[in-house]
Amino acid sequence: MYTFSSKLKTLSLALMVIGLLGVGYGFLSAPASVDEVKVLLQESHNAHGEVATTDGQTVAESSNAVQSEEAHAAHVYHLLKNKPWSSLYVALFFFFMISLGTLAFYAIQHASQAGWSIVLFRVMEGITAYLPVGGILLFVFFVLSAAHMNHLFVWMDPEVVANDALIQNKAGYLNVPFFLVRAAIYILGWILYRNYARKMTLKQDASSDLSNYRKLFKSSAAFLVFFLVTESMMSWDWIMSLDPHWYSTLFGWYVFSGLIVSAITTIALVAIYLKGNGYLEFVNDSHLHDLAKYMFGFSIFWAYLWFSQFMLIWYANIPEEVTYFVSRFNEYKVPFLGMVVLNFVFPLLILMNSDYKRVPWFIVTAGIVVLIGHYIDVFVMIMPATVGDQWFIGISEISSVLLVLGIFIYVVFNALTKAPLLAKGNPFIKESEHFHY
Amino acid sequence: MSNKVVQAMYNDDDILMDAVKEVRAAKYHIEEVYTPFPVHGLDKAMGLKGTRIAITAFLYGCVGLVFSIWMMDYMMIRDWPQDIGGKPSFAFIQNMPAFVPIMFEMTVFFAAHLMVITFYMRSKLWPFKEAENPDPRTTDDMFVMEVIVDGNEDELVSFLKKTGTVEIKVTEKH
Repeated sequence: MYTFSSKLKTLSLALMVIGLLGVGYGFLSAPASVDEVKVLLQESHNAHGEVATTDGQTVAESSNAVQSEEAHAAHVYHLLKNKPWSSLYVALFFFFMISLGTLAFYAIQHASQAGWSIVLFRVMEGITAYLPVGGILLFVFFVLSAAHMNHLFVWMDPEVVANDALIQNKAGYLNVPFFLVRAAIYILGWILYRNYARKMTLKQDASSDLSNYRKLFKSSAAFLVFFLVTESMMSWDWIMSLDPHWYSTLFGWYVFSGLIVSAITTIALVAIYLKGNGYLEFVNDSHLHDLAKYMFGFSIFWAYLWFSQFMLIWYANIPEEVTYFVSRFNEYKVPFLGMVVLNFVFPLLILMNSDYKRVPWFIVTAGIVVLIGHYIDVFVMIMPATVGDQWFIGISEISSVLLVLGIFIYVVFNALTKAPLLAKGNPFIKESEHFHY
Repeated sequence: MSNKVVQAMYNDDDILMDAVKEVRAAKYHIEEVYTPFPVHGLDKAMGLKGTRIAITAFLYGCVGLVFSIWMMDYMMIRDWPQDIGGKPSFAFIQNMPAFVPIMFEMTVFFAAHLMVITFYMRSKLWPFKEAENPDPRTTDDMFVMEVIVDGNEDELVSFLKKTGTVEIKVTEKH
């Protein structure tokens, strides 16, 4: 049995407190009114020595300029108001997707009756324990968005929809009640399978026949069908709808690739941490090797989808599609292209050698870089639509990550203490313990 | 050094594996093992060095990547620029996304083909080459271990007899 070390517990609580303070600061420091933004803009103009002069202009022109300045300030005000919300949303979604990806990976192991991964089942179950917590946090976030506490989802604003024929055409799908009902169905469905699978593996440990194992197999296969549909729809609802004019047919796959690689990386990191502390003595370097192979493979898969999505849109050059990439190339060049290095080039080179995949510190280094890269990936998926050119990685962003990371660590490692770390009832457990590459 | 070898035949891969370990432990030199199918772990048991073909594959892939960049630049930008789908063909970098699939394919093509050729050259294989296996049964269901005779021949033969062999033969290696 694993005991939650007090050091790690203190760390997770400290992360939560620091994160909460930072997130609170982020919300308080967001400009309270359009006038405040005007002052800010004026200050930055002055700082650049670009004081606008209206001398010699006609009255009409200057009033136009004043109007557009007025509109610009209002626009920036909304973007800055969105910033702390968006950074919280990025962090909430990032850790939720780790947990969800782990659940999908876990279900694949059951449905394919894989032999090698059984020694890691309890680690995966620990990570998926965050699913109910993260799901409820996300749902609360969506309810707050629907209540117009923030303006991340512009199609939720009736005023915007009234002036937008394209969103009106999508209103049958993109409307607040249906959005919330869908989110509830996805989250409940995933939690339901997670809790059922957990119950069944615990029961299987104590039982002498295979009835629970068979139920697990069937429910996992059914869950994977449900997951593939709902994951795609989730990616449209929760991320693609932030840009309600834009669409990409492989977006669901793209989100999935990021989700599964972050999940496998987290499984490897948690397993290495536990092994380093003297638990999981039955996990050998062949198990780590397999996880690292998946990290390597899915990193390439992610890059493949990243590029496929870009190239088709680049080639077709349809206005409502290319705006998505234009804004990313103009305003997010460093994170947008930098994450390709973090998520593809770095793991490709460092994890290519077979021997390196068995060395824990190589996996940890690659894993941390991959997780940072996929945080930036989510960041670049969400931020351009909500804060536009007003982005920067500041106190709001970092403390949002710390806050959710603290909750994640607390929930995951607390769940690991609840059951023995070896799922000994699985009929293939011996094969897994002797797994050797 | 004499060219004399002992060929010990086995009918099971597990027995063969144990025999290989015993022979190695007794400090005899195994020249070669002929098997009808790849035996998992045999290379490690024989103490063979790890293959370096992965390194060559990486280098060949790099060559393919560089070659494809040069090729697309020469064909599509320098020699005969073409307007395809209204995409700019004045600079390589502007048209680069369209070349990525070709760059990928050439990387794979070079890595795969040159790796196969390297493998053939290193294993001294070529078309119409005569088979080297000492007994045709090693392509069916038998395993042959070839041990070099270095010193006392009778001692080696009697040692090998105890390792579960079904047939034993002393012969000259060409």
